[in-house]
Amino acid sequence: MTSEAARTDGAARAADERPMIEIEDLHKRYGELEAVKAARLTVGRGEAQFIIGPSGCGKSTLLRCINLLEEPTGGRLRIGDVSIEFGTGRKTLSTREQAAFRARVGMVFQQFHLFPHMTALQNVMEGPRTVKRLPLAEAQEIAEGLLAKVGLAAKRDVYPRHLSGGQAQRVAIARALAMAPEVVLFDEVTSALDPELVDEVLAVIRQLTEEGMTMIVVTHEMSFAREVASAVSFMDHGAIVEHGSPRAIFEEADNPRLVAFLRRFRR
Amino acid sequence: MGYNWDFGAVTLHPGLWFWGFVVTIGYSIATIAAGLLIGVVCGMALLSRHRILTAPVSGFVQLFRCTPLLIQIIWFYYALPVAVNVSIPAWLAAGLGLTCYMGAFSAEIFRGGIQSIDRGQWQAARAIGMMPRQVMQRIVLPQATRRMLPPFVNQSVLQLKNTSLLSVVAVPDLMYSAQILVSETFRPLEIYTSLGLAYFVILYPMQKLAKRLERRDDI
Repeated sequence: MTSEAARTDGAARAADERPMIEIEDLHKRYGELEAVKAARLTVGRGEAQFIIGPSGCGKSTLLRCINLLEEPTGGRLRIGDVSIEFGTGRKTLSTREQAAFRARVGMVFQQFHLFPHMTALQNVMEGPRTVKRLPLAEAQEIAEGLLAKVGLAAKRDVYPRHLSGGQAQRVAIARALAMAPEVVLFDEVTSALDPELVDEVLAVIRQLTEEGMTMIVVTHEMSFAREVASAVSFMDHGAIVEHGSPRAIFEEADNPRLVAFLRRFRR
Repeated sequence: MGYNWDFGAVTLHPGLWFWGFVVTIGYSIATIAAGLLIGVVCGMALLSRHRILTAPVSGFVQLFRCTPLLIQIIWFYYALPVAVNVSIPAWLAAGLGLTCYMGAFSAEIFRGGIQSIDRGQWQAARAIGMMPRQVMQRIVLPQATRRMLPPFVNQSVLQLKNTSLLSVVAVPDLMYSAQILVSETFRPLEIYTSLGLAYFVILYPMQKLAKRLERRDDI
């Protein structure tokens, strides 16, 4: 990636109607293995883009490329007014620039990854305090507001090990939102949860879509995707092979691999 | 076996015991502290991605982990001054082996502690925009320190016992004091039994502390 390409795009400021995220020809290669192949995705402001596909199809890798936890090996990525080009062989984005980029892109993980030595409130405050260097009172106000929003105001002083999976994941969502990100990425956030805890997390995500948060959601919750997605992409073997409205993907699919994949979710 | 135990010999020179105790504790504290410092620096080097850093440090650590401490003490005391042709004060030369020994084991404890922290913690912290340094300070080190504490205390217990090896280079520690007393009174059984008890009384509480730290479940 080039630091030159990561500059704030002056012309873009006027063009707020551009999509929030544009991914073009994105590649991620590990030696011989091409985990993501020529991914192309556009997410408009306030849209909830869902990605489905079999395990190991590259959907998590794609997500991690989008917030640079993995560095793509080729292609272009733009979020808001920052665009980056990868694989040009030129100087990479500095550590500081990468961190600044990630601060604007929230991410919620399958395994929560809450900070175990911090209370729920401290977990949510950590970003605003350490990264944004907000005053304590302000960070605390933000964190308390977000814990209330995910229904966990009462758990503010509880350590993660005393939270249920569903509660932990809701704290993790609050932690991502505390940075006031332009985009939130959800990486199979209900896959590690007991079935009876899934709904409380989905309810929070649903609320975010209603509030117009731009997001990319990788999930195996097909009925949820059908219900709240703006658009759905189907990934297989590293490539986005189908893209369309929930209706087009779930009801009118004729791609045999997609049909076979979806059949497994019908009981 | 009609041996007549006579513990009177033990209390013959209380001053000797006292100064032996002071020297043992002094060497323990000094070499543990210096060893910890070396351990943290070497541990960080072991975690580095640059082989230029990891290779020599790893060599140092393996060398001191895989040779007997007694040989290290003797070598630093007798061979090092000759090898570098510099006169090193005897008290310092005596402590160098113990220090490096503690440093080597601490380096491994430090490296292991940092590496035991789940990669997910790094990812989550980076995902909210933290710089690597901030991740280390705010997220990884606080968790790793708690995990390192019990092995550090264990290593310190061993270190205090190992100071008894200093007696071979005439450092007047508890062990050396006991040897003097033995040569004077010919009562080795009573004196070494008492010495063993003395080490036990010092170390048992430390071992208890290590156990308690291990049981702490707040992480």
